[in-house]
Parts: sequence; C-alpha cells; structure tokens
Amino acid sequence: MQAFRTLTGLVAPLDRANVDTDAIIPKQFLKSVRRSGFGPNLFDAWRYLDHDETGKNTAERRPNPDFALNEPRYQGAQVLLARRNFGCGSSREHAPWALGDYGFRSIIAPSFADIFFNNCFKNGLLPIVLSESEVDSLFHQTAAFPGFKLTIDLERQTVATPDGSSVFSFDVDPFRKHCMLNGLDDIGLTLKHADEIRAFEEKRKAEQPWLF
Amino acid sequence: MTARTLYDKLWDSHVVRSETDGTALLYVDRHLVHEVTSPQAFEGLKLAGRKPWRVSSIVATADHNTPTQHWDQGITDPTSRIQVDVLDANIREHGAKAYFPFRDKRQGIVHVIGPESGATLPGMTVVCGDSHTSTHGAFGCLAFGIGTSEVEHVLATQCLLTKKAKSMRVLVEGELPFGCTAKDVALAVIGKIGTAGGSGHAIEFQGSTIRALSMEGRMTICNMSIEAGARAGMVAVDEVTIDYLKDRTLAPKGELWDRAVAFWRTLTSDPDAVFDRTVTLAAASIAPQVTWGTSPEMVTTIEGRVPDPDKEKDPVRREGIERALSYMGLAPNTAMTDIRIDKVFIGSCTNSRIEDLRAAAAVVAGRRKADNVSVAMVVPGSGPVKTQAEREGLDRIFTAAGFEWREPGCSMCLAMNDDRLEPGERCASTSNRNFEGRQGTGGRTHLVSPAMAAAAGIAGHFVDVRRLR
Repeated sequence: MQAFRTLTGLVAPLDRANVDTDAIIPKQFLKSVRRSGFGPNLFDAWRYLDHDETGKNTAERRPNPDFALNEPRYQGAQVLLARRNFGCGSSREHAPWALGDYGFRSIIAPSFADIFFNNCFKNGLLPIVLSESEVDSLFHQTAAFPGFKLTIDLERQTVATPDGSSVFSFDVDPFRKHCMLNGLDDIGLTLKHADEIRAFEEKRKAEQPWLF
Repeated sequence: MTARTLYDKLWDSHVVRSETDGTALLYVDRHLVHEVTSPQAFEGLKLAGRKPWRVSSIVATADHNTPTQHWDQGITDPTSRIQVDVLDANIREHGAKAYFPFRDKRQGIVHVIGPESGATLPGMTVVCGDSHTSTHGAFGCLAFGIGTSEVEHVLATQCLLTKKAKSMRVLVEGELPFGCTAKDVALAVIGKIGTAGGSGHAIEFQGSTIRALSMEGRMTICNMSIEAGARAGMVAVDEVTIDYLKDRTLAPKGELWDRAVAFWRTLTSDPDAVFDRTVTLAAASIAPQVTWGTSPEMVTTIEGRVPDPDKEKDPVRREGIERALSYMGLAPNTAMTDIRIDKVFIGSCTNSRIEDLRAAAAVVAGRRKADNVSVAMVVPGSGPVKTQAEREGLDRIFTAAGFEWREPGCSMCLAMNDDRLEPGERCASTSNRNFEGRQGTGGRTHLVSPAMAAAAGIAGHFVDVRRLR
C-alpha cells in the first residue's frame, strides 16, 4: 500500500449528500479482474453526457460540462470535498480504487458509510471526517478561490489552508494511522499472530466441531 | 456477570486477540465468495505467495454476472464470462467447502444459498465481499460485508482486523396489518432512521412482530440493515430458526445437532442487556411502503404522495429531494397510486425466496399483466427455490399472467447481466437499492414488497395491495 504522510493538493467539490458506490463506479465497470483502470469511469453517469455500458474509450465520449470534476479549474484535484454519508451502498472496493486511480488521495466529508470508510484505508486513500460547518466553510472557500488547496498532515491529524489561516484537526484510529503512515500490509501484521489464530481455531474446533 | 447483548456474545466468542486501542482480531467461521469481489483478492494472495488459511470455511457461487435466460448459450458477455471463469479457476485451485457454479442445480444468490444449504449457522461469524451479507444475521450470526482487501485478509489469515460497533435495538411490536410484510417493516425503519441512521452500529431486531416472522421475513429485514447504514443486522435464535435449519445439507446431524441446538438456544440478548440506542416501531402503524426517490430513505406509504421540496427546510436535504425528483421524473405532490410503471422485477437477495414468490403469485393468480408493463420478470433466488416454486405451480401462475419465469441470480437488482432498465424506464422492484442507475443507466427504481410489485404489474401503476384483494 502507498504510504500517506502529508499532502498539499487541489480541492474539488462534490456538493451532494448520500453519494453511493453505484454512483462512484457503476456496475457495468465492475467486471474487471484487476485493481486498476477504473479512474476514467469514476462518477461515470454524472461525468459524461452519453451513456456507456460497454467500457468505451472515454476520450471519445462527451463530458458533462456541468459536472464539477469536468471544470478546468478542478483538473488534477487530489482532495475530494463531499457531503454526509459519502460511499453508502455496496461494499465494492472498486469505489476507492476508482477514486485513487483518478488521482484522489483524500476525501473530506461530515460522515462516511462504514464499509467504504474501511476500504479507503486499505488503499492509501485517507477519508477525513470534519464537522458539517467545517465542511461547509471549505465548500465556500473552494468555490470562492480558484486553485484552492489544502494541506493534510496525517501525523499531526490536521487539514489546513496553505497560508495557515484555518486549521482543522481530525480523528483517526491509531492502528489505521500507523498502517497508513508506513504503507503497511496488514496481512503481514496479522500473520505475526498466526500461532494465536491456530490455537484459537483448535479450541473452537473442540467446542463447536459442527462449524468445521 | 454483566448482561450481554446477542452482539456482545457473538463478538466476545470470536476475538482472537485485542489491542489496547480496541482493534480486535476477529475469527471468521464462514467465508462466502462470489465472482465480482474475489478475483483481485485471490490474485493478491498469489502475488504474495500465500495460500488460503482454511478452505473448508469457503462457500462460493457465481451470481452477480450470470444470465437468467438461455443458459444453454452460456455467458455471452466476454468480460462477465472471464470473471466467472476466474472464480471457477480459483476454486478449482484452492478448493472450498461447497461450490455452486453457474448452471449447477443449487446455484443462486450467495445470500439465498448460504442459509438454504445450511452453510450459515447460528453463532457464526459470516463475511462476504458483499454488503448484503447482513442477511445471514437472521440466524443469530454476526454477518457483515467486507471489501476485497478484507476478502484477501480473511483468505490469508481466517481473521479480520476490526473494532466493535455500537449496539442498536430496533423493537417492533404487534401484529403486522394485512398486506404488510417484512419488506414494509424494513423500509419503514429506514424511513424513520435514515440511510445513515445505523452507521457505526450493529442492529438487533426484537419484538413480537419480528418473532412472528418466518426465516425468510427475518432475512429480508436483516438484509436491509445495510440500507439503514448498519453493517450487521441480527435476530436472536428461537424455534423458528432451529426448525428452518433441521436437515439442511451442511447443518450438523445426529448427536452434533443436539449439541449445536443446545448452544444455539443461548444466542439471545440477556433480558437486562443494555443497548447504545433503541428505536421502536408499532407494527400497527405500518402500511405498504413505496420509495419515491433515489435513496431507500426516500420512502412513503402507498397512501402517500411525492414530497414537495419547497416544504423542506434543510438545504442539503431540499437539494437532494429536487435532484431525486428530477432523476425520477416525478412532480411534487403526485399520489403514489398515480405513478405508472414500465417494468416489474421480483427477485434479489432481499425478496427472492419461496415465501416471496408465493406472496407475489397469490396476487397475480387469475389476473393479467397490464399492457403498459413491457416486462414483469420473476427471478428465483436459487435453483432449489426455483424447483420448489415449480413444484407448487407458481411458475405457471406467473407465466399465465404474462410474467416471465427466469433462472436464478442477482439479475436486475444491480443489472450486471442483460436484465436492466433502459434510460427513463420505471420499475416496481423488490430489490434493495433505488440509487441512480442501479438497475440500468437512467432507470427509475421504486422499492416495494413482492405483493406490491405484483399488484403494480397487474394494475400498470402502484396500487394498494390491501384493496386489490
């Protein structure tokens, strides 16, 4: 996994609540057996005016000029600013894969759906929860200042405007933070406890043999 | 000892080790696998030179991509076929407790075949790379959906790294009114608490209404927990649970069965257990539900109307309603019974079990699909459900009414196969999500119970099933 320490990145707004994983990456693009290549179809139904069921070359499709991510000022954005309950719906990890493949490294929202939130951490994509009013103020600043950037410092757990005029702090689970700062593979960490898992399994087998 | 909830008991009995910050290594008893969310996990395992920890925990099937007709032609979409072939190859290489491949007589939706085969048992932890894994909680299990990285983690270690959720009790009391089903209870709960209402919680459904439900009904309710934001939903074990499991293929037999049942009876919340949150609902207040928007919380009763965004004070919510009405092609204040439909879908891991098909068939019997409804499809949840329905003659009731009788699979719940809505088409659907594009790009989904979907197919518009009879 790619480590995440600090990031100063352009912010793009997605001003709607309850953005579901079907919207993030529609089902017709879930048929790949790989983890990469989903970026061009991120938010597909909102991003393009023509509908595609077959995985056409997106360069030949018609972008929707009214969709924020298509605006020239947001090209190259690395921070997505979103509303409450972002990532609800299906457990598809293709959603964080698509966001990461597009170039996002962090998403800021007032709340996230549980499975999506979890999946982000497995892919070096940092989901940050700020309060409704903090998120509101960031939406205003993103709209008001072209080229608006934020600096995210995971070690210090802060989101700041580059001039330091506003600084917000956020919570993050210590274990997830540790894994993300160091780009750690948690399977490797778990397997350090293989003996404990084996012992637990043997005990369980003796007590509830019908499970095995 | 302090009183514990069912969730506490399930959690405590699966913790291999805990870190000081509360992160736990949780042991996984049953790992359900399907073709869409597993290929990258098996590939990751291979790249790291690892092997599955315990293949006897794996029960696999192909369901998301598989066609529901012309099985003799195989899977014609090449990318879908590759995914199903990759699953075949992975199971062939590693093995599994049970595998129900495409065209197998016992193939079906992973959340239908798990319980039906007895692969889902009380007291288990059940995971799957699919958010509707919450379904299995109906058996007194801790069951929840995981992402593909976690699928790989479970394959490699038989465990998950996770933290305990808060507990929520949803208490539903009283007799369900005529014409109302488990689906209506689920939608009414979501309407009450919202699609993020259960975030960070594991829900236990309690009360006389829940106890009176069949296992099929309990599965429908637990299935929809994720639509309320809760990863896990569960119902305590009782005689209904035990009766359902007896003689299932993978359920224990003989002396082991007796031992298992004795243990399973302990899988209830202690009477004085404390929940972090309790939500109550009176069954008598529930009427048949219909969604009007693009989120399951955008729901009203069949007697209701499409809301007027001008009456909503919260700006984010108001904009959400406006956007939903525009997508759905609905005017504010339209009576739900005035909404005409183009298609009917009866199926999905929410509502494709025998009881669901019986309820739909009872409405359809002796009637005829409305002319404005182009397709009304019935997709049984599994091969055994299909066989049972045909034994009862349900297929003939449906086909005589102009409904299509299909092969099992996820089908138009998420439209990864050829079953889908065209842009602008409106569907009465027994599935679980009415998100934009869910059933096909530009498609408009209204979530309802099987009886309500069948009734809409007959009338050509939504209709109060209580008056149809």
